[in-house]
Amino acid sequence: MIQTQKNDNPIPSAMPVARMVDLVKRFGDHTVLDGVSLEVYPGEMLVVMGGSGCGKSTCLRHMIGSMSPDEGHVELFGKDITDMDDPELDTLRKRFGILFQSGALFNSMTVGENVALPLQEHTDLDEETIDIMVKIKLEQVGLREAVDLMPAEISGGMKKRAGLARAVALDPEILFYDEPSAGLDPVTSAEIDHLMMDLSQKLGVASVVVTHEMDSAFRIADRMVMLDKGRVLMEGRREEFEAIRDGEPTGDDRIDLIRQFLRGDSQGPITQRRQASGYEEDILNAALGGKL
Amino acid sequence: MDHGSRRNPVEAIGAKVLGNLTYIGGLSLLLVKTMRWIGLGLFTKKVRLDGVAVSTQMIRVGIKSLGVVMLVQGFIGMILALQMEPPLALYSQQGQISSIIGIAGFRMLGPIITAVVLSGFAGASIAAEIGTMVVAEEIEAMEAMALNPVRFLVVPRVLATILMMLLLTPIADLMIAAGGYFIGKIALGPEVYREYWKSMRDILKYRDFYTGMIQAGVFGLLISLIACFEGLKVRGGAEGVGNATTMTVVYSIVAIIAAAGVFTVVFYVFKL
Repeated sequence: MIQTQKNDNPIPSAMPVARMVDLVKRFGDHTVLDGVSLEVYPGEMLVVMGGSGCGKSTCLRHMIGSMSPDEGHVELFGKDITDMDDPELDTLRKRFGILFQSGALFNSMTVGENVALPLQEHTDLDEETIDIMVKIKLEQVGLREAVDLMPAEISGGMKKRAGLARAVALDPEILFYDEPSAGLDPVTSAEIDHLMMDLSQKLGVASVVVTHEMDSAFRIADRMVMLDKGRVLMEGRREEFEAIRDGEPTGDDRIDLIRQFLRGDSQGPITQRRQASGYEEDILNAALGGKL
Repeated sequence: MDHGSRRNPVEAIGAKVLGNLTYIGGLSLLLVKTMRWIGLGLFTKKVRLDGVAVSTQMIRVGIKSLGVVMLVQGFIGMILALQMEPPLALYSQQGQISSIIGIAGFRMLGPIITAVVLSGFAGASIAAEIGTMVVAEEIEAMEAMALNPVRFLVVPRVLATILMMLLLTPIADLMIAAGGYFIGKIALGPEVYREYWKSMRDILKYRDFYTGMIQAGVFGLLISLIACFEGLKVRGGAEGVGNATTMTVVYSIVAIIAAAGVFTVVFYVFKL
C-alpha cells in the first residue's frame, strides 16, 4: 500500500516558508476550498495539480494574499497573513515573486522597463545599477537582446520568460507559478521547465507551481499535491506519484482517480463520476418542465 | 428558479436603489484612496508623484481631443448666435448676442461640452485600458509586486484629466465666442459683430471665468474617477471591457450634468 496522507518532508527540520492550514473558501453556495492544508519548504519545488475547477488557482491566490479565506489561515515566512493590512502585506510581497499565466507584463512598458519596475520602486539603487541588474536578470532567462522590445512584439514563451525575469528581480525567497506551461508548445514548455529548475537551484528559492500539465509536473516536482473538489486528495514525493501512474489499477477509488488524472486516461473514476452526476434526473426534470 | 425575473416592482426599485448606492459608495472609496495618494505624494518624500506618467496621460487625454473640442465648441457658438438672433431682433437687441454667448459659454457651455467630449475620448479609453489590464492579470501582478494600482494607474489619470480639463476649457470658451462672432460676421450683420468683443468684455466678470474653471476641474475628476472605477471592476474578458467603456460614457455624462445642476444652484444661491 502506498503511503499517502502525511509523509516525511524533504527537509524535516526546516520551517516551512509558506503554509496553509485548514483553508476554506466559498463563493456563494459553492465551496471552492474545503479544508486545504499544505506546506512549502525552503528550496523545494512543490507542484499543486488537479483538474479544472479543483481550486488550485484559488489556492495560489490565497498564498499570495490576494484573496482572504472564510476559514483557516495562511502563513508566509512564519507570519499569519490572513488579517494583515496592505502595508504589512506589501513588505512580505517584496519577498516573493509570481509568474502569472499570461506573463502579465505591463503592456505600456518595454521588457526592460518591466523588469526594472520592482527595482525602481522597492530599492534605493541608482539607474545605472538597475540597468545592470535588468541585464543580468534578462540574461538569466535568455532574453537580454529583447530588453527594448514591447510585450506585444514578443512571443508567448518570451513573455513568460520576461515575466520570470521580473518575478526574480528582487531576489525572492519563494516563487509562485500559475500554469507556467499553459498555451505553450511542448518544446517551449520544456524550456520554461528547465529555466524554473535552473533558477530554483541557482537561487535556492522555494517554488510553488500550479499546473495540470503532467509532463511538466513530473519533470520539475520534488513534491506534489493533488487537489480534487477543494480537498487534498494526496500529498507526497514525486516518486510516489510516479509509482501510482506506472502501476496497475488498484480498485481503491481514490488511488484510481489519481492514476487516471496522472495518465490522462479517458476511462476511469473521474469519467464515471461525471456520468453518474444525476444525468437521468436532469433529463426527467427537463421533460417535466422543472416540476421534479 | 430564477428569482430575478419574478421580483415585484417594489423589490425591483429597491434593488436598483441599492445597486446605485453601492456604485456611489465604491466610487467614493476610490476618491478617498486617490486623494490620500495625491496627498502623500504632495506632502511626504516617501511617495513621489510620477510627473512622466501624468504628462504621458495628458498627451493621450488632451492633445488628441483638442481638435474635436475646438470644432464642437465653435459650432456651439455659431448655433447659439443663429438661434438667438430672431427673437432678439424683435426688440432690436442683436447687440446682446455677444453678452449672452459670453456668459453662457464661460460659465457653463465651455466646461460642460468639453467634459462631454472628454468623457468619450479620455473616459472611454481609460476604462478600456485599465479593463484590459485587469483581464490580462496586470493589476493582480501589480498588487502582488507590492505596487498599488490606485497610485500607479488612477492617480496619474485623474491628475491628467483634471489638468487637461483646465487647459482645454479656456480654449473652448474662446472658441464658443469666436463661433458667435464668425456667424455674426458672415450672416447676421453689423448690429451683431460691430461691438461684439467690447460688449462681451464689459459684461464678463472674473467670477464668470473661475466658476467655469471650478466646474471644469470637478468634471475632470468625475470623468477620470468613473473611468478608472469602471475599468478596475471589469470581469470576464472582452465583453466586460466593452461594457465598461459604454458605462463610463453613460455615467460620466449623467454625473457631469447632475454636477452642473448642483453647481448652478450653489452659484445662484451664493450669487456667484
